[in-house]
Amino acid sequence: MAKYTKTHEWVTVEGELAIVGITKYAVSQLGEVVFVELPEEGQEVEKGESICNVESTKSASEVFAPVSGIVRSVNEELEDSPELVSEDPENKGWLFKIEMNRQEEVEDLLEEKAYNEITGD
Amino acid sequence: MTIFDKSVEGKIAFSLPEEKSYGFDPESTLSEKYIKKSSTDLPECSELDIVRHYSNLAKINYSVDHGFYPLGSCTMKYNPKINENVASLSGFANLHPLMEEDDIQGALELMFDLQNYLSKITGMDEITLQPAAGAHGELTGMLIVKKYFQSKNEKRKKVLIPDSAHGTNPASAIMAGFDVVELKSDENGILPFETVKNALDKDVAAIMMTNPNTLGLFEKDIVKIARIAHENGTLLYYDGANLNAIMGKIRPGDMGFDIIHLNLHKTFSTPHGMGGPGSGPVGVKKELREFLPVPIVNRNDEKFYFDYDLKNSIGKMRSYYGNFGVLIRAYAYILSMGNDGLKKASELAVLNANYIKCNLREIIPPAFEGVCKHEYVGYPGNLPKEYNVKTLNIAKRMLDYGIHPPTIYFPLIVHEALMIEPTETESKETLDNFIEITKKIVQEAKTDPQIVIDSPHNTYVRKLDEAKASRKPKVRWNKSS
Amino acid sequence: MKKYPYLPHTEEEISQMLSCVGVNKIDDLFMDLPENLKVDTLDIPDSKDEFSVYRDLENLSLKNTDPSRMAVYKGGGIYYHFIPSVVDTLSSMGNFLTAYTPYQPEVSQGSLQTLFEFQTMISEITGMEVSNSSMYDGATALAEAVLMACRINKRSKVLFSESLNPEYFHVTQTYCFGEEIGIEKFSFDSISGQTDYNELKNKLSDDISAVVVGYTNFFGIIEDLEKIKKMLPEKVLLIVCAEPFTLGILEKPGTLGVDIVVGEGQPLGNRPYLGGPNFGFFSSKEKYIRKMPGRIIGETDDIDGKKGYVMVLQTREQHIRRDKATSNICSNHAHNALRATIYLSLIGKWGFREIARRSFSKAHYLYEKLLKNEKIYPVFNGPFFNEFVVRIDEDISSLNRELLKRNILGPVDVSKYFRNMGNCALFAVTEMNRNEDIEYLIATLEELL
Repeated sequence: MAKYTKTHEWVTVEGELAIVGITKYAVSQLGEVVFVELPEEGQEVEKGESICNVESTKSASEVFAPVSGIVRSVNEELEDSPELVSEDPENKGWLFKIEMNRQEEVEDLLEEKAYNEITGD
Repeated sequence: MTIFDKSVEGKIAFSLPEEKSYGFDPESTLSEKYIKKSSTDLPECSELDIVRHYSNLAKINYSVDHGFYPLGSCTMKYNPKINENVASLSGFANLHPLMEEDDIQGALELMFDLQNYLSKITGMDEITLQPAAGAHGELTGMLIVKKYFQSKNEKRKKVLIPDSAHGTNPASAIMAGFDVVELKSDENGILPFETVKNALDKDVAAIMMTNPNTLGLFEKDIVKIARIAHENGTLLYYDGANLNAIMGKIRPGDMGFDIIHLNLHKTFSTPHGMGGPGSGPVGVKKELREFLPVPIVNRNDEKFYFDYDLKNSIGKMRSYYGNFGVLIRAYAYILSMGNDGLKKASELAVLNANYIKCNLREIIPPAFEGVCKHEYVGYPGNLPKEYNVKTLNIAKRMLDYGIHPPTIYFPLIVHEALMIEPTETESKETLDNFIEITKKIVQEAKTDPQIVIDSPHNTYVRKLDEAKASRKPKVRWNKSS
Repeated sequence: MKKYPYLPHTEEEISQMLSCVGVNKIDDLFMDLPENLKVDTLDIPDSKDEFSVYRDLENLSLKNTDPSRMAVYKGGGIYYHFIPSVVDTLSSMGNFLTAYTPYQPEVSQGSLQTLFEFQTMISEITGMEVSNSSMYDGATALAEAVLMACRINKRSKVLFSESLNPEYFHVTQTYCFGEEIGIEKFSFDSISGQTDYNELKNKLSDDISAVVVGYTNFFGIIEDLEKIKKMLPEKVLLIVCAEPFTLGILEKPGTLGVDIVVGEGQPLGNRPYLGGPNFGFFSSKEKYIRKMPGRIIGETDDIDGKKGYVMVLQTREQHIRRDKATSNICSNHAHNALRATIYLSLIGKWGFREIARRSFSKAHYLYEKLLKNEKIYPVFNGPFFNEFVVRIDEDISSLNRELLKRNILGPVDVSKYFRNMGNCALFAVTEMNRNEDIEYLIATLEELL
C-alpha cells in the first residue's frame, strides 16, 4: 500500500528501499511533464529536503525526500521519456529509491484516505 | 522556411571593394594548427531573397506599430519615431567607446543631462546610466546594498520581497548573494505595515518594493514602512517598472526609497525590439553615491567627463558606459514631453486603466478593490469553473480578433489573473474596441465555449506544442531538417 | 491648450471617461497618494515640438567628433565593419522594432524564427551545439558563463586570463562579488603575448571551476586553445571569449573541446554607439543547456502539424523559477541579434570568410610596414589576427591627437588598461581600412615621428 506526503509524493516500501514518485494529483496541477532533474545515486538525503525537480513547460515543482537515507537508484528511463511521469505517475513514472536510515519514518506518512482529503478528492 | 533552407551555393548578397591583396594569407602566415578545418555554413542568398525573407517574417509579428498591446507591467506605449531618427545620427551611432573625452562632449552632455532629468523625476540624488535592463539595474542595486553593509562591517543576509513582486526581484537578490524572504500581501492586495514590522530584524539588508505594486495599487503604508526600515538600518529598494503611473505626481525618493531602478524601455518610450535592448538606470540617495558602478558622468568648469572617483564602487556592471543608443531615445522623449507632458502621460495612463476597469468589472472582476493606477488586474469570474474557459483561452481568443492579450497568470497571487496596462498613448476608441472584443469573448465562452478553448483559429500558426519543444529542444537548424 | 502628439485624448473624451469611472477630475484618481508627498512640478524643461527636439539632439551630435569619415584604427573590443543598407532598412521595420518579447508565439513567429536563425548562426560560427538568443554584451555574457560553470561543477573559483579585455574582467569580478565566487588572474607570456602556461599550470587545482581565455586576447594574440584544453583536469571547464570575425579563419572553439563560448557580437552588423547597445552571444555544449541563462528558442509543430517556434526551457528563467532561476536576466538584446542575423545572411558564407581574410592580411601588412619605422618596435611575437600591439617613441595620447587632426582615429592607448605598458598602441584593422588609407597612415606616422 502506498503512503503519501502533504507535498504530494507517494512512497511504497520494498524491504529496505522506499520507492518514491509524485502523485496523480501533483501531475494534474503541474501539466505535461517535460523534464525530470533526478537526484544523484549515493546522495544522502534528509526527510523533508528538496532533492529534485519535475518540470512542465510553465512551472517547476520541487520533490522532497519523504524519508531519510541514501539514494540507491533513480529512474533513468525518465531522462529520455519524462512523459512517463505524466502518463503513469504512480507506477512507470517513479523517480528514485531511497535506502532508509529510519524505517519508522514511513509510519508518519499519510494513508491514502487522509491524503485524498487534502487534495479534495 | 528558414533562411538556411533558401540558401543556394554560390549566391551572394554582399560586395567588397576591388583591391590588390597584400598577400598575407593565414595559411602561409599562421601555424596550421590554428587554421579552421571545417567550413562555417552561413546562408548563401541574393540580396532580394534576404529582403523578402525578413520582410515576410516581420509580417507575422505583432507590434505596437500594428495594434493595441496592453501587457501589464510592460508599459507598451507608442515608440516615437523621432527617437529613432535622432538615435541614428552619425555623430552618435559611430562613436567609439575609447575615444577621448574631448571628442565626445556632446554624448557626455546628453548623458549628464539625462542623469539630471531622471534624478529630478524620481527624487534621487545620483543616477548611473550603466545597467542594460531593469533586471540588470536590480542586480546593480542589490550589489550596492551588499557593498554598503560590507563597508559598515555588517553582515546582513536577508532581503524582504512581497509575494506580488516581479520574478526578477528574488532572482536579482539571489545573484547578489542574499536570502529571499517572501512577504504576504493582505486581502486588499497591499503589503501591510504590520507584516513588514514583524519580518524586520537586524539581518534584513533591504526590502524590495514596487509602487504602485504589480496589482496596480498604491502601497499606502509606504511612508511608515520606510520609516521603520530605516530605523532598523534596512535599505528600501524601488522597482521602477511601474513609474509610468506616478510621474509628476509623487517621487520614489520622497517616499523614502534609497535605491531605485528605472526601465527606459517602459516609462521612457524606447522600443522593446522583440525583447531588448532596454536600459535600467539606477538612482541612489547621496549616502550611497560612493557605491555606484564606475564611471558616472560629471562636469567641471571646462568640460564633461567620466568620473571614476567613487571610493566604494561595486565595480563595473557591463563594458563601457551603458546602452547609449537607448539613452538618446529616452532623452529625446523627455525633451518632447517635458515637465508638463510627463505628468499628463501618467494621468492619462491611470485614467485609461480605470476606464477599462469600470467597463469590464462585471465580466473581469477586479482581484482587489480600490482605484487602480496604471494597470488593472482582474480574473474571468466563473468562466473557468462553469465553462472550463481559462484565462489562457481568453487570451488566445483575443489573438483571433487581432489584438494582443494582456499579461496573464501574473501576479502569481491572483488566480487566473489578467493584467491589463493600456498606457496613455492609446485612444478611447482603441480602449472601446478592446472592451467590446473582451465582452464578445466572454459571451462566446458561455454560448460556445469550445471555440474559445480551441483558439486561436486564424493566426499564422495555431496552438504550438510547447511540451515537445522543451522535452528534446531543437534550438538550431540542421541540414537534414 | 497645449498639444501632445503622443497623447490621443480629446478634452471631451477625457470628461466622458471620467464620468464613466465616476470621478470629477483626474486628480481624484490619485487621492490615495499621501498628500504631503505630492509634487506639482519636476523642475525639468517644459515640452518641446519635434523640430526643436531634433535640433537639440542634432546639435549635441555635432559636438562629437564623428569617426564615420575617418580612417579608424581603434578596436579593443568594438570594431568598425561596413554595414550594408539592408541591415538598417529591415531592422528598423516597426514590426520588429516595436514588438515585445515573444510570449505569445502565435503572433510572434517573425521574432521567434529570426532568433532561431540567429542561434543557428552563432552555433555555426563558434562550433558549439547550442546557443541562446543573446545577452546584454560580451562582458556580461562572460560573467554569466562563469556563474554557469560554477553551477555545472558546483565549484566556486575561476582562473581568468590577464590578457583578456580588462573591461570584461571588471564586470566578471562584480558578478563574482555577488555570488561570492573567487576569481584569480593568470598572466601572459611577455614575449609571445600568449598565456603563461607555467603560471596557469601552477594555479590549476581540483577546486577550480573554470579557466577563462580570450580568442583572440586583448592584444590581438591568438591563444593555443588546444594546448590549454589539454592542461585542464577533467572537470575544469574551458570558457572562451571570442571575437566573432577571428572565427572566419581560426579553428572553431567547439572543435577544440571548449565548454562555453561567449563574446561581443557588435562587429556583426551593429554600430559602435559608444559601446552600447550591442549584444553578447552565448553558446555551449548541449549537455549544459539547462544550466544556461537567457531566452532560448526552439522548433516545434502546431496542432495542425505546421512548423513553428517557441521559447523553450522557460523553467530556467526568473518569471517562473524566481529565486531559483539560472539568472535574473529578462530583457536581452534581441534587436541587436536581429541586426546580426540579417548581417550574417547578407555577408553569407563567402563574406564572413573574406572579411576575416582581408582584415588579417591588411593587419599583417600594416604591422610589417610599421616596424620599418625607426621609432616603432614590436612588443609580442605570438601569432595575431587583425589587432596588434607596438611600442612607439611617443606618448600615445598626444600621437592620437595629431592623427585626429589628419582624419585618422588612432590606436587604443594600451597603458589606459595596463599601466606598465606605457607607449604601447593597439592597432585594429578591418576590411574598412582601404589600401590607400593604410598607406596614408604609414606615411603620416613617418611624418609625425
